[in-house]
Amino acid sequence: MLAQFGFGVFALTFMLAIFCVGAAVVGYFDKSDRWVEAARRGMLLTFPLITLGVLTLAYLLVTGHYELQYVYSVTSNEMPLYLKITALWGGQAGSLVLWSWLMSAFASAITLRKWERDRDLLPWVVVVTSITLAFFLSLTILYENPFARWWQTAGGDFVPRMFAPSGGIPVSPADGQGLNPLLRHPGMIIHPPMLYLGFVAFVIPFAFAIAALVTGRSDDRWIRLTRRWTLIAWLFLSLGLVLGMRWAYDVLGWGGYWAWDPVEISAFMPWLTGTAFLHSVMIQEKRGMFKQWNMLLIILTYALVIFGTFLTRSGVLSSVHAFAQSAIGPMFFAFIGITFVTSVALLIYRWKDLHAEVEMHSLFSREALFLLNNLLFMGVLIVCFWGVIFPLISELVTGQKVTVGPPFYQRANGPLFGALMAIMGIAPLSAWGRSTFKTLGRALWKPSIPSAIVPVVLAILGVHNWIALIGFALVAFVIFVTLFEFWRGVHSRQNNQNENFLVALWQLAGRNRRRYGGYLIHLSMVVMAIGILGIELFQTTTQKTLAVGEEIQIADYTLRFDSLAQFPYTDGRIVTRAALSVFQGVQYLGNLYPRYDYYPASGQPMTIAGVRSTLADDLYVVLVNWENVSSAQAPFKVYHNPLVNWLWIGSLMFIFGFLVAAWPERDEERWEDKK
Amino acid sequence: MSQEPITASAPKRGVPLWVQILVWIGLLGLLGLLAAGLLKAKNPILGVGSMVPDFTLTLFSGYEFNGVSEVKLSDLSGKIVVINFWASWCQPCRTEAADLETAWQSYEKAGRVIFLGVDYVDTEPEARAYMSDFNLSYPNGPDMGTRISQIFNRNLGVPETYVLDQQGVLRFIQIGPFQSVPEIQAIIDPLLMGR
Amino acid sequence: MKVKNIILLPLFLLLFGVAFIPVVAVSAQQPTPSDDEVNAIARQLYCPVCENTPLDVCPTTACHQWRELIRQMLAEGKSEADIKQYFVDYYGARVLSEPPRTGINWLVYVVPPVAFLAGAYLLFRAFQTWKRLSKEPFTGADRSSSPGTEPETAKGSGIVEDDAYVARLEEELKKRK
Repeated sequence: MLAQFGFGVFALTFMLAIFCVGAAVVGYFDKSDRWVEAARRGMLLTFPLITLGVLTLAYLLVTGHYELQYVYSVTSNEMPLYLKITALWGGQAGSLVLWSWLMSAFASAITLRKWERDRDLLPWVVVVTSITLAFFLSLTILYENPFARWWQTAGGDFVPRMFAPSGGIPVSPADGQGLNPLLRHPGMIIHPPMLYLGFVAFVIPFAFAIAALVTGRSDDRWIRLTRRWTLIAWLFLSLGLVLGMRWAYDVLGWGGYWAWDPVEISAFMPWLTGTAFLHSVMIQEKRGMFKQWNMLLIILTYALVIFGTFLTRSGVLSSVHAFAQSAIGPMFFAFIGITFVTSVALLIYRWKDLHAEVEMHSLFSREALFLLNNLLFMGVLIVCFWGVIFPLISELVTGQKVTVGPPFYQRANGPLFGALMAIMGIAPLSAWGRSTFKTLGRALWKPSIPSAIVPVVLAILGVHNWIALIGFALVAFVIFVTLFEFWRGVHSRQNNQNENFLVALWQLAGRNRRRYGGYLIHLSMVVMAIGILGIELFQTTTQKTLAVGEEIQIADYTLRFDSLAQFPYTDGRIVTRAALSVFQGVQYLGNLYPRYDYYPASGQPMTIAGVRSTLADDLYVVLVNWENVSSAQAPFKVYHNPLVNWLWIGSLMFIFGFLVAAWPERDEERWEDKK
Repeated sequence: MSQEPITASAPKRGVPLWVQILVWIGLLGLLGLLAAGLLKAKNPILGVGSMVPDFTLTLFSGYEFNGVSEVKLSDLSGKIVVINFWASWCQPCRTEAADLETAWQSYEKAGRVIFLGVDYVDTEPEARAYMSDFNLSYPNGPDMGTRISQIFNRNLGVPETYVLDQQGVLRFIQIGPFQSVPEIQAIIDPLLMGR
Repeated sequence: MKVKNIILLPLFLLLFGVAFIPVVAVSAQQPTPSDDEVNAIARQLYCPVCENTPLDVCPTTACHQWRELIRQMLAEGKSEADIKQYFVDYYGARVLSEPPRTGINWLVYVVPPVAFLAGAYLLFRAFQTWKRLSKEPFTGADRSSSPGTEPETAKGSGIVEDDAYVARLEEELKKRK
């Protein structure tokens, strides 16, 4: 009964979304405010409706209605309550529902704002958001229905259907399969919602961009209106990516955080264009330039969001991540075809109206550096995109499968990211409009000197890897430049305003939130780079089968195998756990307990590494469960990951930087009104 | 909100035609690629009724067929060909191995049916152990470079069996192990009689 | 101990040992390759049946067999290149972590740098066009990096340039209040 109700609510919302599209279009062409207002209210209504459907599904999950196929596939009796709730997005059907729910939430939020000044944009914003919402709802209703239930057909097969197949008898299993053990990790719980939040939030600036294109506006009002949405989208997408990295590190047991897997890259690509967009719109706001380019960037971002969602779910690519292949592939294909073609056609049509207002004067100006930044991001994008679709091309043309893996991406993207770091250091010292080689050079030499000392010191300390030396030099460069910028601003306030250091810092950041928030985010990026350089360039690993009492050595650590035990846990899983003692030289540092959990219901083991984390490095031990394990001897794989924790520290820092950058300014509304 | 009163310093130009053509070709090319990829993903298996392209199976030494160490599919025309994909690390394969050998022996003398065993991504020592476990006497060889399996199923799993008629047309696909010898014979016998 | 035994014992051991040498030489040229040596090669290969899983961390029985195969090949003295070639011959090019540089696969390596250079060239041309069309003569005005210098205002744009250095902005804000 409840399942039918939930399905009905989704179907109703789908029809409402279609209505919104129609009403908005009618309202625009008839210049009828009533129709546009109806569309707006319809959009607002979708949110409570979808929420009702989501709550229904959550209730069914929590109360174990295993006659529903989705509930059966992602929950089971032994799961704790919080996991049953998060199982909502544990499978394909539920995650699509989550997508729709978030889309509806953001679209409603945008329709809630005051629209008096931008009435002409409203219809098309509603159209774009509604079409996207309707698409995802159609996938839920037609193909991936979480409310479909199990039936036994006359032939004896078990099939999931919404409505009874002929001769079908309803079936109610007593227990479910349970959530994939790999997904029972805090990182995995928040990673999908974060990613989807990022994806969905980028739909908003896209909607405004399309609205601006359709209505023929060539000013940058749409950018100002969606400035905060872009930042929010960027934050969530970045967090989603970092959480995915953390989950991979903790749970997949291969001592790494990023495998350049096609699904990972699919989520990374919109981040690349999104970050380029974030920077490039600043130029449009400041200098009225690059309107065409910004339109192209946001269209690309939306396209990559949809494309990435398609790649991970359609079975076209092979990946450890991929959802099971389903029939939604062709639907996605049709949607991609329509949206890409329409957006590109619109952009071409309006191209000449988007002409720049001010021209560029200097190759060394900040605008030029921003353009270089965009070129580099596009470079990384092309490497990633090409690497993802090439196996497809190769297989279609030659029939042979090939793998494009980490060596390709690392070799191609390394220099590009290095160049981006260099620009992060140079750009704050450049000026809008005018900068010569001399003026920029003069600004640069001061932070360059201490930055050059860093690799020399490292080389003396024994680091001879030239990539590391250049990388750390660039990191130091960005840190020095950024701190210098802060110091300069604070110093000037201290002198002119007679404020003490802390107050000056607060006021400085407070009055230039975007600039100093941006600097903080750049700082956090290079801190993450420290972690990445450490683990990528200096990771060592060793594997050995140890008898009880034997030792294994890595870097300057020694690990001794003390004991192994196997026991059942309260939720039915069988835990095999080893105890090791860690020494550095003769100093005893503590114990580590690598283990693997075997879940009988799903037949899958989950490896939990024993990790000792410090600022300097991680000692990461895995109990290898695919070789012979007994209480007398066990194989262990140990990784030494230098500096890796700076990756996580940096990611926390960028949250802080984002808050500074995005916090509403008191005077902002007044500035807006003055225009 | 009014336009900023700026004079543009360059003449307003639309997108040049050659760029437009390039963009559309690129976009349509990408869509075509995705469509082809989707089609392949949906239909990874060779269809019943299609001609099977020729391939060469290099046999394990010691498992020669009529004195030759490799078998070309085209040389087998006129016979029913039963191609069975297996691997030593595949548990279900072991459940049908004995049945396949028995079925083979029932057809061997008449010489109108040939069984080919294709060892899919395996290691030779373990493969030989498997073959001697079940006393396989029909020709067996490794699927070098997975070229043969790619012909039949892009996402091949083991065990799978493909039966071709005397003209080299694929007539039957078995995904998963056979349950019994009569089951195998029930597929081959009708083809022998020309049905 | 008697002197005779002192001489006889090592002689006996020597003869005994010599008899064993041929056996020892035949059974193994080197000690069994360690897990680390196997993994050094395995981590550069991908599991032929699993999806995108490197061979050194793949948990399946098949992968175990392949790692043992690598171990055996290493014990026989095969080089890393030999082993990789063997895997490619037997399991196809997809076991390598990058496409081999043959035939159409060259495109993988060539397209990104070409596209990047094309982009850089377009950018460069765009710069030149803008500079050429720029109406204002370039005065080479000095933009040194000390606080309080003249803020840049866009030509006739009416856009408030809030990129002034902080001291300047604060002054103006104070005046407005």
